Amino acid sequence: MIPALLVQFAQMMLVLALAPLLTGVVRKVKARLQRRRGASVLQPYRDLRRLLGKDVVLAENASWLFRVAPYAIFAATWVAAALVPTFATGLIFSWTGDLIVITALLGGARFALALAGMDVGTSFGGLGASREVMIASLAEPAMLMLVFCVAIVAGSTQLSSIAAHMLTQPVGLRVSLALALVALCIVAVAENGRVPVDNPATHLELTMVHEAMVLEYSGRHLAMIELAAALKLLLFASLIGCLFFPFGLAHAGTDPAGYLLAIGLWLVKLLVLAALLGTLELSIAKMRVFRVPNFLGAAFMFGLLGVLLLFVSRGM
Amino acid sequence: MSAPYRRTVVDAAGWDAAADAMEAGDTTLLSLWAEIGCVHLAVLDAEGIEILSLPCPDGYFPSIGRRHPPAIRLERAVRDLFGLEPEGLPDPRPWLDHGRWGDEAVPAAAYPFLPVEGEALHQIPVGPVHAGIIEPGHFRFTCDGETVVRLEARLGYVHKGIDRLLAGAPLARATKIAARVSGDSTVAYALGFAQAVEQAWGLAPPLRAVWLRAVMAELERLAHHLGDWGAICNDAAFSLMLAHCGVLREQVLRTAATCFGHRLMMDRVVPGGVAADLDAAGMAALQGLIAMLRARVPPLVKLYDDTASLQDRTVGTGRVSPALVAQFGAGGFVGRAAGRAFDARRATSYAPYDGLRFEVPVLQAGDVNARVWVRIREIEQSLSLLEQLLPGLPAGPVRIPPEDLPHGPAEGLALVEAFRGDLFVWVRLEAGQVQRCHFRDASWFQWPLLEAAIEGNIVADFPLCNKSFNCSYAGHDL
Repeated sequence: MIPALLVQFAQMMLVLALAPLLTGVVRKVKARLQRRRGASVLQPYRDLRRLLGKDVVLAENASWLFRVAPYAIFAATWVAAALVPTFATGLIFSWTGDLIVITALLGGARFALALAGMDVGTSFGGLGASREVMIASLAEPAMLMLVFCVAIVAGSTQLSSIAAHMLTQPVGLRVSLALALVALCIVAVAENGRVPVDNPATHLELTMVHEAMVLEYSGRHLAMIELAAALKLLLFASLIGCLFFPFGLAHAGTDPAGYLLAIGLWLVKLLVLAALLGTLELSIAKMRVFRVPNFLGAAFMFGLLGVLLLFVSRGM
Repeated sequence: MSAPYRRTVVDAAGWDAAADAMEAGDTTLLSLWAEIGCVHLAVLDAEGIEILSLPCPDGYFPSIGRRHPPAIRLERAVRDLFGLEPEGLPDPRPWLDHGRWGDEAVPAAAYPFLPVEGEALHQIPVGPVHAGIIEPGHFRFTCDGETVVRLEARLGYVHKGIDRLLAGAPLARATKIAARVSGDSTVAYALGFAQAVEQAWGLAPPLRAVWLRAVMAELERLAHHLGDWGAICNDAAFSLMLAHCGVLREQVLRTAATCFGHRLMMDRVVPGGVAADLDAAGMAALQGLIAMLRARVPPLVKLYDDTASLQDRTVGTGRVSPALVAQFGAGGFVGRAAGRAFDARRATSYAPYDGLRFEVPVLQAGDVNARVWVRIREIEQSLSLLEQLLPGLPAGPVRIPPEDLPHGPAEGLALVEAFRGDLFVWVRLEAGQVQRCHFRDASWFQWPLLEAAIEGNIVADFPLCNKSFNCSYAGHDL
């Protein structure tokens, strides 16, 4: 029991510690591809330290919700990240919630952020919140559809079980899983507010989605939100890794050397995904706000197709 | 030399007749400005430029804007700066005067934005301070969801009192001020001022100076078109183009520094010639620059044209109708992207452009994509002009010594092509001093079109439209 808890604790600390690094690596990749030198990959850590050291500037009409939301968002995202088998399956917390819980936790965090965005009553907060909710209302069904697709293959919505199934059973190359992978990538891009859905690097308030909601935040509140955003990116990268590229995942209860090897492999997967994301973001322009429904609609259709194909191939 | 022009003193009836002609579309408004007790109107017709002056000893003059909307903002500015009342002006709100020129203790009255009525409309105020490093201006959007119902711009935040600073300034000082009206068009402003002064005094600057001015003007155009191109793409989150264009723009600026000793070539064009000569090293640097751009621009054009996601953003966005462009007489890429084939270099064919081969690219679509394409074509044209200018550069002196300049009273004007469009300059000199000088930036007739361009678009596309217009704040607010 105690070792299991310790491993789980280590996993939670590791995701927290590595999340800003992943963001830093993506930024570095983008900078290098633009032939810029770019900030150090450690810059997100420095930003967090700076923000934590600053006073919070609150709007006069900010309610308790505005002050509580950053912590709620951070907590929900961190818990969701703890449920994902990052480097090992069967960790003790992973039995407490499945993929649907993860989706719900992220949805809750988003709900809190959208409310906080509207709380102060600035036009940009409202603008960002309405766009975010529009995107979410399309991304979440797509997410659920691909969860079902994967669950039918593995016979469980439990991430550890799915990952173990993918790892041990001869799943082979399945069209349904390929469709689910594409769908998950689209959802991940939308959920994390990356190009082409949103541009995390922009200064143009009128085009923002995620950034517009957090414009009024400062100091430690902003630090919490930034950290939550970094955690979310790590969560989705790990999710793609454990669902579709589960090789190298350790099992709970393995020896320390096994864990270390698994962590190393996980880091390699993250690096590859960060490089891919950076390349994607540079090679396309952001789409019009009203094109996003088509984009996410495609993710939903891929998920649905995957489910249908599975039903057809198994004869219900 | 500068454009010759006709000068007429008219009465109210003649003034109204000019408004009729503009309303009918026979003539184009170039500018409207004032001095104490008198308003002036510059129009462009088939025969050239005509300046109409209407004395208004009572402080009133019949409004042109009442008949011809493009004049409204100019008349509001005249009222703010000179206290002359345009009778019948449809929009009596102050324009450059924000109510802060008097007693600072008295708070300025709130600016009444145009009313918008309808259900479920909401307003988004943006600026005057923006998140990026750009000039200040306030934009008031009224939206129905994401769709912009009305945009109203409020400008005047960078009013510097240029007119007043220039009144009574000795020529050397006035030249410096003129070069600083709008820093990004410093060559064009200095060129316009110099040409107007030279026309007033009937001076012919040395031939080499005239050619060197064109070299500088084309370098300025190259630098800004390259910068704009990248920045427009970056507003669609396609940062790759910004990175590439940024490198090229920097090369142009560095070459300018090598050739003329200043990255923006500020204070290099002066009345009577130029203040910097091009040496062999500078010539070699320019040749190298042209070769480099000839090699590196085409792949970028291909990248722009082949990136479907980028085209999806620029094509059809921020459309301005050719009719509106023609009515406002909008110059530069805004006009040429919507069918108005006006380029001051061609229209008044000032030297040395009268002897050079170049095309004026004109497109009809009037959208962001067309404005990008006009810039791309103009980059090619500027390169071609430089290729003609450099081998043919005449030898000889580059400046009439300042002490040899005349001093007598005189008036002159110039219409030169800045990178944004035609820049109109009018100057009256007396005793070696500037008595009154007026600059009309191309942006005066482009800002109102931006408000029209965004209508019916979504609010998230505004930065893209705005960047494709890239109007001047400093040149407009004076």
